[in-house]
Amino acid sequence: MNGIHDMGGMHGFGPIETEKNEPVFYEEWEGRVLAMYKETPVRMPGIGRARIESLDPAFYLASSYYEKWLHAEIRGLLEAGTFTWDEFEAKLALYQAHPEADLPAPNPAQVEESQTAFADSAASGEESADITKPAFSVGNRVRAKNIHPAGHTRLPGYVRGKVGEVAALYRPQLFQDAEPLSDHDGLQPVYAVRFDGREIWGPAAEPNSSVMLDMWESYLALERRI
Amino acid sequence: MNTQKQLSDPALRTKALEALLIEKGLITSEAIDQVVAKYEQDIGPMRGAQVVAKAWTDSEYKKRLLKDGRAAVAELDFTDPHGAELAVVENTSQVHNMVVCTLCSCYPWAVLGLPPTWYKSFAYRARAVREPRGVLKEFGLEFPEDVEVRVWDSNSDIRYMVLPERPEGTESWDEERLAAVVTRDSMIGVAKPNVDG
Repeated sequence: MNGIHDMGGMHGFGPIETEKNEPVFYEEWEGRVLAMYKETPVRMPGIGRARIESLDPAFYLASSYYEKWLHAEIRGLLEAGTFTWDEFEAKLALYQAHPEADLPAPNPAQVEESQTAFADSAASGEESADITKPAFSVGNRVRAKNIHPAGHTRLPGYVRGKVGEVAALYRPQLFQDAEPLSDHDGLQPVYAVRFDGREIWGPAAEPNSSVMLDMWESYLALERRI
Repeated sequence: MNTQKQLSDPALRTKALEALLIEKGLITSEAIDQVVAKYEQDIGPMRGAQVVAKAWTDSEYKKRLLKDGRAAVAELDFTDPHGAELAVVENTSQVHNMVVCTLCSCYPWAVLGLPPTWYKSFAYRARAVREPRGVLKEFGLEFPEDVEVRVWDSNSDIRYMVLPERPEGTESWDEERLAAVVTRDSMIGVAKPNVDG
């Protein structure tokens, strides 16, 4: 989607602010958001990144990294049916009224059962290695397709329609866009493609600069020399 | 444990989420504590620094690292929590590499830990691809025009790490001493190894 997350090339964000010796987490809840995301044995439907990308643009800009993550995590678990919105609101209301209230007692036996069931379902869900032969080779000139899908895509806006050169072939990856671009939607060859700065940014490009992008095969078309 | 009365909105939401996941039998707070501690203490750029120092001193290892980063760092027991591919890109006298993720904040967790805030900032994500030299200048790095500045935008599931150039005058140093000068920022590509301390 042409969302606010697709930031490559934007103006107006000012200088890059760095901090010496910054903590891994500024606040305790940030670490817990990350850890819950990694530890919860639930398969959320769809693609996690798409949930962050489809947050309201004003919220996206105004929130921190882990705030976005937290909202997407809650949304994903709602979509997975892990709990309902009513259940979440009730819990939130409880802690709003009594921030110091304890967390519920854990149930380690049930957690172990959930983890085992999750691991089993992951093992059975592995994709078959159905992969086409790479259509391009190193040195080929290729043009990134000019697409503007409303759903998730990994093709940044700034490179669409631009011509680059295949620099390397990577291991195949699952195509992750919401909309198919070819008949072959599963595992696809992925290439490192080098785009010259001038091709992307025109006269505004800095001297001798380039951008390397990972390109699923169906993002590309062979560019024939005239 | 939680004695503070003023919890922020995200802190309250996080607590509500944790409570629900505990009630549903999906997590325990102890397991969450352990993951947090792991990221705060064990997983960080000291891993990448070891990888770089080994590559500087062992040319066969360096070959393996550049060919298949994931397999080469797994030799040191560093693995990505999501099994992500790792591509290691080498700085030379002709090419300087730097890494960004314009679409989100993809970062090589297995070797560098969690990304610093500036790497996740809108300014870095927006500017690194369009004006890498301008960005590098803010970090105190400048390159002549005959050096190509190459920016890797991590838009797929491959993660990138920069292999910096070995600083001059370190020929007699051992791996441990070398690793100490390899900074996080030098492996993102916005700094050089810090030999001056």
